[in-house]
Amino acid sequence: MSNSILAQFLAYVGDPETWTRQGGLLSRIGEHCIYTVLALGLAAVIALPVGLWIGHTNRGSFLALNIANGARALPTLGVLIFVALATTIGLGPTMVALVILGIPPILASTYAGIRNVDPDAVDAAIGMGMTGREVLWRVEVPIALPLVFSGLRAATLQIVSTATIAAVVALGGLGRPLLDGIAVRDYPQAMVAALLVAALAIAFDLFFAVLTRVAVSPGVGGRTVTRPQR
Amino acid sequence: VSELVEYVADRWDDILVYLGEHVLMSVVPIVLALCFALPLGWWAARRPALTSFLLSMGGVAYSIPSIALFLLLPLVFGYQITSYMNIIVALTIYSTALLIRNVIDGLESVPEDVRLSATALGYGRLSRLLGVELPVSVPVIAAGLRVVTVTNVSMVSVGALIGLGGLGQLFMEGLQIDYMAPIIVGLVLSVVLALSLDGLIVLTQRWLTPWVSVRESR
Repeated sequence: MSNSILAQFLAYVGDPETWTRQGGLLSRIGEHCIYTVLALGLAAVIALPVGLWIGHTNRGSFLALNIANGARALPTLGVLIFVALATTIGLGPTMVALVILGIPPILASTYAGIRNVDPDAVDAAIGMGMTGREVLWRVEVPIALPLVFSGLRAATLQIVSTATIAAVVALGGLGRPLLDGIAVRDYPQAMVAALLVAALAIAFDLFFAVLTRVAVSPGVGGRTVTRPQR
Repeated sequence: VSELVEYVADRWDDILVYLGEHVLMSVVPIVLALCFALPLGWWAARRPALTSFLLSMGGVAYSIPSIALFLLLPLVFGYQITSYMNIIVALTIYSTALLIRNVIDGLESVPEDVRLSATALGYGRLSRLLGVELPVSVPVIAAGLRVVTVTNVSMVSVGALIGLGGLGQLFMEGLQIDYMAPIIVGLVLSVVLALSLDGLIVLTQRWLTPWVSVRESR
């Protein structure tokens, strides 16, 4: 980094106006968090029940998994612009795109988590007289929790980064200063926004790491699928 | 639909160039990442401290959104934001971060008795790695490679925001002139490219591990 860019960078970061003015970085951070939480919430409301149901009953798994895997191949930028042009530009359509991108990771890991529960544990639960509902909530879900959280984590990362790109279809959030900075070659501004996006993504990820540690029963092993012991 | 056909016929040459760029920018990082992840994973396998260090580094790298990385990496490495290198380096970092986990998991999935038998047959450390451990871990490594490939193909498009991005440029073009055809062409080609590369990996894996299908059908 040349000295002049470094100086511009520091001047930009050091100016309180940068942060507190209308549309300043603080409000952009707030917007970004709101988009992320909203989209993640909607995606989870749709994907969690479907994933649990498919995992528990093993019905429709082939279709659901293929859709989930196929969705990974969809370029997020393309989906975003497609949805924006097909409807109107603004918060609603962008949310649709973010939710579409958030669903597959949550659905796939929830399903995988439930399917990977040791069948012996399920048999034991049935043998103890648990009903299907009890088996799901008291045995399968607690055991599947690490994978469910890893799906939510993956979806969050996807949403945080796509919410940045969402500024191309005229939305706020940290993508606004980032893309505006690129457009007018104000690289210090773009880089500060990029650093903040990265920090925000890492913060969300850490939140889920802590949540996983707190929420998962200590009796449930690693965060990944455990291999059968030989 | 006729509009779509007309658009494709009209812009065929440009579309081919974008597709070529897209292949280059998604495949080169995969190859590079394999070159980094294999030795790193081998070094870290069965060393829990190193494994957890590398995996948490990878986790942090992977959580940084691509557009942020495209802007920040040129600062670190000193190349132009708009050079192909930028996308390739960024995607290599992501791909390596993802692949290391699979290489470690793969190598650690090799049963101890297989390793001991190989040693007893006179394999040295390196020849055992190349002749026994790596082939046995191919399915696990290939699974990671498939995720990396599909993710890369869709991530290259984001590069369009900094003026690169192969097929992603079709998205930006469509947005600028408010026209659906380039976007649909871009989406379809991107998905087809991702699925073809994915299929290629599956075929290569079958060819490299003929014993897997035999064992499954038994």
